[in-house]
Amino acid sequence: MNLTLKIWRQKDAKSKGGFETFKVEDVSPDTSFLEMLDILNNDLIHEGKEPIVFDHDCREGICGMCSLHINGFAHGPDTEITTCQLHMRKFKDGDTITIEPWRSSAFPVIKDLAVDRSAFDKILQAGGFVSVNTGGVPDANSIPIPKKDADESMDAAACIGCGACVATCKNGSAMLFVAARVSSLAKLPQGKVEGARRAKAMVAKMDELGFGSCTNTQACESQCPKLISISHIARLNREFLKAKFRD
Amino acid sequence: MGNFLTSSSIGKKFVMSISGCFLLLFLIFHMVMNATAVISPEAYNVICAFLGANWYAVAGTAVLALGVLVHFLYALILTFQNWKARGGVKRYAVTKKEDSVSWSSKNMFVLGCIIVVGLIVHLYNFWYNMMFVELVGQHQNAMGFAPTDGASLIMYHFASIVWVIVYLVWFVAIWFHLTHGMWSMMQTVGWNNKIWLKRLKVIANVLSTLIMLGFAVTVIVYYLKSVGFDFFGLISW
Ligand code: HEM
Ligand code: FES
Repeated sequence: MNLTLKIWRQKDAKSKGGFETFKVEDVSPDTSFLEMLDILNNDLIHEGKEPIVFDHDCREGICGMCSLHINGFAHGPDTEITTCQLHMRKFKDGDTITIEPWRSSAFPVIKDLAVDRSAFDKILQAGGFVSVNTGGVPDANSIPIPKKDADESMDAAACIGCGACVATCKNGSAMLFVAARVSSLAKLPQGKVEGARRAKAMVAKMDELGFGSCTNTQACESQCPKLISISHIARLNREFLKAKFRD
Repeated sequence: MGNFLTSSSIGKKFVMSISGCFLLLFLIFHMVMNATAVISPEAYNVICAFLGANWYAVAGTAVLALGVLVHFLYALILTFQNWKARGGVKRYAVTKKEDSVSWSSKNMFVLGCIIVVGLIVHLYNFWYNMMFVELVGQHQNAMGFAPTDGASLIMYHFASIVWVIVYLVWFVAIWFHLTHGMWSMMQTVGWNNKIWLKRLKVIANVLSTLIMLGFAVTVIVYYLKSVGFDFFGLISW
């Protein structure tokens, strides 16, 4: 496949940045999207030019490091996948592909296509945990948990914190991420006890860091590689409002 | 507790939801009231007289105005904050609408602005010629009708095809706003889950359609009456 790539280049967080056009030739349809960028970077290095910076790590859809807004979609034009799981067979020979960094004021661009997602860590530090006294390991059956609750908690816990929800939301809202974390803990007896404090602390941090509010467009859910449902957002709203009205 | 309604994102959305729900309830009441004008203009005028410049009707109007104002102000604040959160002027060069995302949900503010413009025109057409005329102590509006003669005022406006079209466009905008708003307001207060989401969407679509059809029927019946169609004697006033 021969492709034209329009890629966002930006020297550092402060510079303005703009699109640069590149050609890649003879790419196999079985190449992954990130391998295609590797090939381009290899060429650039051979030509003595600076390679394009983009985030990645596991390349198997579990770490949440890869990002990229490709032809108008977070993680590219396919559903239920991360960018590292996207393959060139999703595109046609001769296509022009526009690759942009994720846009959200809480995710500033560091360089080229890499954005700073440490805002998510800060939200987790604010309340995405269970404060336990780590004693001996209790017997797994000592706390009975209904299957339905365990399943729902696990579904929410599938979130890999990639930030596609924020990137795709027209409001740059982190509600799906926060909801997944709040929900996965709220559904378990160990997490439930701190539910009110957690919801308030995480939402307060989310607001402070400049994420937007949720207008229930469902765009996040449609682009989430782990298909986290907005029903978790309903639970977060419920937990938060209940906690506030009780105060 | 109080300040989370002005400071936190979910608190602000809660205010949007409650004020939207209040406006929705008013809309249903207004639609039913209008529909009586189709059945009997006299009955409609009795309601108009009842809702004239009395303390309770004026108080109701004031509360309603407050509801619109709160909903509109919060819409302005939230929409601006959300625009900034997405990156302000640093936006994507290419965006596409995801298949599962409704058009209305992405255009609530634009739809709301159309609703406001329509509302101002509508208040001038009706409220200004009815309750306002009474409030300033006059007994006749510019068209020469008594301020409680709502039915004649409806006929006066909807004999004009231009007004008919303007109002129908307005109704379509409200319909779009409500198809999203009605389930969104439940989700915002937390009354939603995977099963109810589908049900709420159906309820939202059906109810918005019924409400807006109710309004449209009144307008269309009055227009057809004005051009002499008498519905085969079925609507025989
Ligand atoms: C006929 C009058 C109106 C009714 C019945 C109505 C109803 C609603 C409802 C039920 C919601 C859902 C609340 C939620 O998502 O929690 C909503 C949201 C909204 N409305 Fe209205 N509304 C009306 C007029 C307006 C006006 C005049 C504006 C002004 C621009 C406006 C702008 C918005 C916006 C921006 C949202 C937020 C969407 C969201 O956050 O999901 N609406 N409205
Ligand atoms: S690189 Fe780990 S999820 Fe894509």
